[in-house]
Amino acid sequence: MSIDTTPRQSWWTRIAHPGQFTAWTTPWLKPLAVVTVLLFALGLWFAFFNSPEDYQLGDTVRIMYVHVPTAWLSQFIYAAMAVSAVGTLVWRHPMADVSMKAAAPLGATFTALALFTGSLWGRPTWGTFWEWDGRMTSTLVLLLIYLGIIALWRAFEDQLRAARVVAIFTLVGAVNIPIIKFSVDWWATLHQPASVFRPDGPRMPGSILTPLFVMLFAFTFLFFTLHLMGMHTEIKRRRLINLERRAAERGGAA
Amino acid sequence: MIDLGPHAAFIIWAYAGVTLAVGALIALRIGQSRRIERRLSALEAQGVRRRSEKSA
Amino acid sequence: MTGFSAIIMRDLRLALRSGGDALTLVLFFVMIGVVVPFAIGPDRELLARLAPGIVWIAAFLSMLLGLDRLFRTDHDDGTLLLLRSAQTPLAAVALAKMIAHWLLTAVPLIVATPLLAVMLAMDMQGFMRALVSLLIGTPALVALGAVGASVTVTIRRGGLIAPVLILPLAIPVLIFGVGAITTGPGPDQSGSALLLLAAISLITVALSPFAAGLAIASGED
Repeated sequence: MSIDTTPRQSWWTRIAHPGQFTAWTTPWLKPLAVVTVLLFALGLWFAFFNSPEDYQLGDTVRIMYVHVPTAWLSQFIYAAMAVSAVGTLVWRHPMADVSMKAAAPLGATFTALALFTGSLWGRPTWGTFWEWDGRMTSTLVLLLIYLGIIALWRAFEDQLRAARVVAIFTLVGAVNIPIIKFSVDWWATLHQPASVFRPDGPRMPGSILTPLFVMLFAFTFLFFTLHLMGMHTEIKRRRLINLERRAAERGGAA
Repeated sequence: MIDLGPHAAFIIWAYAGVTLAVGALIALRIGQSRRIERRLSALEAQGVRRRSEKSA
Repeated sequence: MTGFSAIIMRDLRLALRSGGDALTLVLFFVMIGVVVPFAIGPDRELLARLAPGIVWIAAFLSMLLGLDRLFRTDHDDGTLLLLRSAQTPLAAVALAKMIAHWLLTAVPLIVATPLLAVMLAMDMQGFMRALVSLLIGTPALVALGAVGASVTVTIRRGGLIAPVLILPLAIPVLIFGVGAITTGPGPDQSGSALLLLAAISLITVALSPFAAGLAIASGED
């Protein structure tokens, strides 16, 4: 009687191999994209055709349907990067490197969009395009951190070496972000008159919550789709560099 | 479309900006992916193989 | 002499021998105090109101300028490689270098603060507070600078990126540092600002040697 002794690799180890990961996750791309499109369609329909204007904000509340999701994404993506950074440093999981790198530009874009939409919301609501309040300022600082991380990636020639260093910096940033948020809030309350109108706040009736949640999910799925695509591209890019190096060696030896 | 109220311009600009940015993001990602695919297949046509794919 | 203190003494001795750098930084620091009145006008009241911010910006920029030197000279001449295989753990090496760096850059700045205070029309109370806040806050700047320097030390022209990386992280230091001098209209919060500044300094000084050590170890190879 023979027992099957082939070692069973856990899925964790299996997806560490780039080829495996790509093969495994490619079938998810199309469904993710479809779900994203559907959610956006639904969200936009709700936003423009099936929800009331806010009794205080008027129609500009519709900007909230893009502002809140982008702001949420800006923080969610950093959290994803931080988790990947832990994966790089603690487990040296190759997919963690790729995940970090693919997420950074997405995070920067959505943070910039959060600032953009927030600014356009602020103009009719508060009267100015920019207000140095706690939330906007913290988001601006977050954008600067994202851009710094992207600059750091590009400064390294060897991307494998870069990954660990960027991971360390990402985690230092992660620890700092709550501190920054706290300090900016402290600063803002000192220099602001006490009565600042905070539009994205309290009571939100269901008719406004629905489009908000749909758009939130739509944007999140958009991120998942783009992130997965980015990871595949990055894996292929690394493979390309390897192959080009081997082709150069062969060309040199010939 | 429902009447967007007095501040319609801001709403439209906000959504336009988001659409533009997201569209650009998608286009860039797809473009990068295609470009790398092309270079990869060009190399494979030349016969460069990964070490693990070499036979014997 | 333990490895730790040996590194501090070595860094101090090397820097004092070449002499120039620390003075250049102090010169830069003072020059900001000279240049700002040209930019915003000699109105003494305006200057006095902006003085805490200007002092901190000057200190901040001077520290940013100098932070590349923290690890780069050792990286370039190979000392960093030797230190990696030394008995003293890299985190301790980083801390030792940070202490030496603080002594070499922050202390001269603090000593030069009276010049700035005079040029910016600060009153005595403001000046004393500025001294204390710089004393307590500059270790945080050095600690964050060490993280930026260690992360970019292996990049050839990485000295340009490090300030960009550090700047967002150092914003709390700036906020509380200035807040410890004056907190604008309303009740005086400078005491709590000073305490928060001290907290940040303690946290960053405690954690950054580990981050810096890890970054140095990962960057080489």
